Amino acid sequence: MHRKGTMALAVVAALGLAHAAAAQTQDELRTLREQVRQLDKRVTEAEQAAIQASSRPTGENAMNPAVSVILNGIYSNLSQDPNGFRINGFTPTLGDVGPGKRGLSLGESELALAANIDHNFRGTLIASISPEDSIGVEEGYIQTLALSYGFTIKAGRFFSGVGYQNQIHAHAWDFTDAPLANKVFLGNQLNEDGIQLKWVAPTSFYWDVGFEAGRGRQFPAGPAGGRNKNGVSSGNVFTHVGGDFGTGTAWQTGVSYLSTSPQDRTFDDPAGTTNSFTGQSRLWVLDGILKWAPNYNPTYTNFKLQGEYFRRKEDGDLTSGTTAQTGGFASVQSGWYLQSVYQFVPMWRVGYRYDRLNSGTTSFAAPLNAADFPILAAYNPTKHTVMVDWSPSEFSRIRLQAASDKSRSDVTDHQVFLQYIVSLGAHGAHKF
Amino acid sequence: MKAILRFVVALGSALAVLPAAAALNVFACEPEWGALVQELGGDKVSVYLATTALQDPHRIEARPSLIARIRSADLLICSGSELEIGWIPLLLTQSGNPRIQLGSPGYFEASQYVVKLEIPKVLDRALGDLHPGGNPHVHTDPRNIAKIALALEERMVQIDPANAESYRSRAKSFLGRWQAALARWEQQAVPLKGVPIVVYHKDFSYFINWAGMREAGSLEPKPGLPPTPAHLADLLDRMKIQPAKVIVYSPYNSPQAAEFLSTRANIPVVMMPFTVGGTDKAKDLFGLFDDTIGRLLATVK
Repeated sequence: MHRKGTMALAVVAALGLAHAAAAQTQDELRTLREQVRQLDKRVTEAEQAAIQASSRPTGENAMNPAVSVILNGIYSNLSQDPNGFRINGFTPTLGDVGPGKRGLSLGESELALAANIDHNFRGTLIASISPEDSIGVEEGYIQTLALSYGFTIKAGRFFSGVGYQNQIHAHAWDFTDAPLANKVFLGNQLNEDGIQLKWVAPTSFYWDVGFEAGRGRQFPAGPAGGRNKNGVSSGNVFTHVGGDFGTGTAWQTGVSYLSTSPQDRTFDDPAGTTNSFTGQSRLWVLDGILKWAPNYNPTYTNFKLQGEYFRRKEDGDLTSGTTAQTGGFASVQSGWYLQSVYQFVPMWRVGYRYDRLNSGTTSFAAPLNAADFPILAAYNPTKHTVMVDWSPSEFSRIRLQAASDKSRSDVTDHQVFLQYIVSLGAHGAHKF
Repeated sequence: MKAILRFVVALGSALAVLPAAAALNVFACEPEWGALVQELGGDKVSVYLATTALQDPHRIEARPSLIARIRSADLLICSGSELEIGWIPLLLTQSGNPRIQLGSPGYFEASQYVVKLEIPKVLDRALGDLHPGGNPHVHTDPRNIAKIALALEERMVQIDPANAESYRSRAKSFLGRWQAALARWEQQAVPLKGVPIVVYHKDFSYFINWAGMREAGSLEPKPGLPPTPAHLADLLDRMKIQPAKVIVYSPYNSPQAAEFLSTRANIPVVMMPFTVGGTDKAKDLFGLFDDTIGRLLATVK
């Protein structure tokens, strides 16, 4: 009886509960679902946090510098023999300034390592491996991080801040080769062993002033590897101003003055002799760059206009390889280029460059005779270059370039280059 | 030489036109962080926005004007997680300013203070422009803004202790208003739960995660690569079987690819503000989320 009564009570209670539950099921389910959702979310977050903790690199290689490699290869079709290349009216000749080999060839491969050394310095090494299997130091410098008031100091080997294009690595150039003016006034590209001090002014627009002192290891100081002396053989001062205007234009313009004292700076005359120059060389460069992109967003379309004007005065003594005589020599020469590049749709760009050099005035004092230096005979070289390139990602580019090069006074060299440039490894960042 | 240097320094001081030293100079990599610093700093900060909503923060030129501004900054605030890897490292090395270098108190990476999504398990450039640290677009989750605000408050107090009181009280006020807004947004976003969405770039992942939406595809074939016809055709086929309810893009994206898919798959397309200043209504961080949710609700309904 007691048992039955309990049963009945239980049944009644259960029924009552069920009835109540029916009314509340909706709410409870909703609450439960919400709780499960919250739990689920917490679990996901905990998982994510665990992933983040575990994804931090450990081990000896965690502090490795950023490593990147640039590879490039080129097919060149040149209507004139590149071994006879010269820029009439100017030195240097051959070597780096030439258009390279005919046919298929590997370009210079670059291996770059960079990292902060500590809280004070950053170090960068860029090695270039030539297709002839030799390795060279393109840049290798330390740079301060912790100087105040806008000062930075760079020491080591670096691309000189003379002009604009000289500081930019060849893989980031908009054309396959350097402008003629860079070839004749800076020997293609000047990298100096030395020290650079640069100051950025505390202004709302950009303004820098810099000074470089170097050993003069390359043209225009001379290909002899620098002078055998304790002092400085090459000095460069530069200043740039820059800023924005409108809703998409950025500009920068600068002037630099490079003063060097070449000693036994040799150059080959196509006649087969080697002449040498000792004296003073002073180079002024005016540069300007303007970049436009709608709303400063270069992803879809952008435009770039770049130009430089060079003017060089040299005086000193010239030694003729033909007559073995030495005499006074002076020259005032100039040159400029203007180039523009337009990205008209994502990935595709077209560009045009015009080069012009003016061999200016040269004077030879007795016993020298102008006829003994045929390469320095008055001539104003010009060159037209067009290019189109395709960059399927930030890390690869394929370029087709055609040029009509009147560097030689007697012939026009029609040049076609097809080139790839790719970068592997650490994400690069390109200077303005 | 000395005379020239003296002249240069004199000219420099004469031309110095930056705000008075009294205010904390802040260099904000993206508009959302500029807006957050402004909320916490008020008149104690002078904020320079390095980019606008119309610029892709992955692809910024290290312009001379940016170097000029970073040179005098006391605080740098960026998303981090390698979003700015193409331009900030260059600006830092050229700045001659030790206050905002990596490791200094003036260097603040917002993404370090939140749980990151989409940390890649495999790192390879064949997979597109990946961010090894995870998706850097953390500001699209409103809860992250609150977490970052707390960290930023501490940092501002550390850098500029003289104005600590002001930063603390402004942060308190901001977070109070933010929590209230967050509760409101959570209510408003309920209808978005489970809604399939197609994005342009993976820049809304945090919002999608917060709102409980479902990412049904992206217009970019791989992160950082522009949409291709082949990929769009593939996406269109998928949309025919399992249609998404909305396609979104950011103000810095071209709308072409989104519109292409929209007309063919018959799915509405909407431009999201993405960041402060991306639309007229997204005037500040509150407006950013009001408008983001508002635009989605209006489209999905």
